[in-house]
Amino acid sequence: MMKRNECLEILADQLSDDTVVVAVYTTAFDWIKLRPSPLNYIFTGAMDLASSHALGLAIGMPDRRVVVLDGDGSLLMNMGSLVTIAGQAPKNLIHFVAENGTYEANGGHAIPGAGNADFAGFARAAGYASASEFSELDDFQNSLSSLLQAEGPVFAALKIEPGPPPEMDYRMMHGAQIRDDFRAALK
Amino acid sequence: MSDARPTSDPVRGASIIAAVKSAGVGTVITVPDITTSDGLLRPISNDANLRHINVCKEDECIGISAGLSFAGERALILIQNTGFLDSINAIRAVGVEYEIPICLMVGLLGKQAGEAPSEARNYGVRIVEPILDAMGIPRALIETEEDVALIAPAIEAAYKTSRPTALLIGQSPEAE
Repeated sequence: MMKRNECLEILADQLSDDTVVVAVYTTAFDWIKLRPSPLNYIFTGAMDLASSHALGLAIGMPDRRVVVLDGDGSLLMNMGSLVTIAGQAPKNLIHFVAENGTYEANGGHAIPGAGNADFAGFARAAGYASASEFSELDDFQNSLSSLLQAEGPVFAALKIEPGPPPEMDYRMMHGAQIRDDFRAALK
Repeated sequence: MSDARPTSDPVRGASIIAAVKSAGVGTVITVPDITTSDGLLRPISNDANLRHINVCKEDECIGISAGLSFAGERALILIQNTGFLDSINAIRAVGVEYEIPICLMVGLLGKQAGEAPSEARNYGVRIVEPILDAMGIPRALIETEEDVALIAPAIEAAYKTSRPTALLIGQSPEAE
């Protein structure tokens, strides 16, 4: 099992500056500290919609890489999006899921079927171009470059230790400024 | 006072599609709806000038449309009233509170000819307009060829103000 921040640090180090990153809740708050950027899209609204926002962005901007930092609890609410994404087959989409088996933002309660569900298996069965899972940080670090260059949609499940949620600034997340900054950064 | 609508001059699917395109919509995101299946979804899915994204569940449409809007593209969501009801939280968060232009075209399954939606015998139809009104989402009922003139301005207004809008399809548009 890995620590989420360690995975995010490796990712932040290897992502190009022009990559759009769609991130959910607790992961979003950790991510924006590691890679502050107006291209961070953390205003998904409903907790299950990150993958769907990312699909729209990837289709609308086929020359720009779009990375999703999803949560297992979030993705469980939008499992059909795996099929939708595979059906649309955006080559520029990479879908990471932090699997810690809990709803970290909502009290740390276990997700249904925690430890039983095979998220990489779901993505593979849905038709993603590739799907993998990582439990060891070295494996993830050594594989990341290939993942980022592969033709998408790419899926990677990251086995993460549950932990206390980060400090969460919902006022910032829900405010208009970051959406305006995102629009401006795309121009 | 009843707001009963005439059932003459039924709307044609081709007219709706032309109006949608005239408003700059390049993508239609769908879950099949009985009311609009033949008159709209079938020709849309065969239209080489429209990108068609079919999704598993209606709330996906909201996220995808939002992503497209940030990418500078206009989209229309074509779903059934039951799917609209299933998507309310996503519409609330993304469309209303985040002020993102979400354009909904909603077939009113079970609405009878001549009924006003708010007086429909079908419960799932009867509650659609009050819900839209409670959410502050502008709406227009499209049933006749004359109503088609409402479509493009509604979509333009949605993108100009960056707010959602809803176009309710009360009768099955005529298929070509």
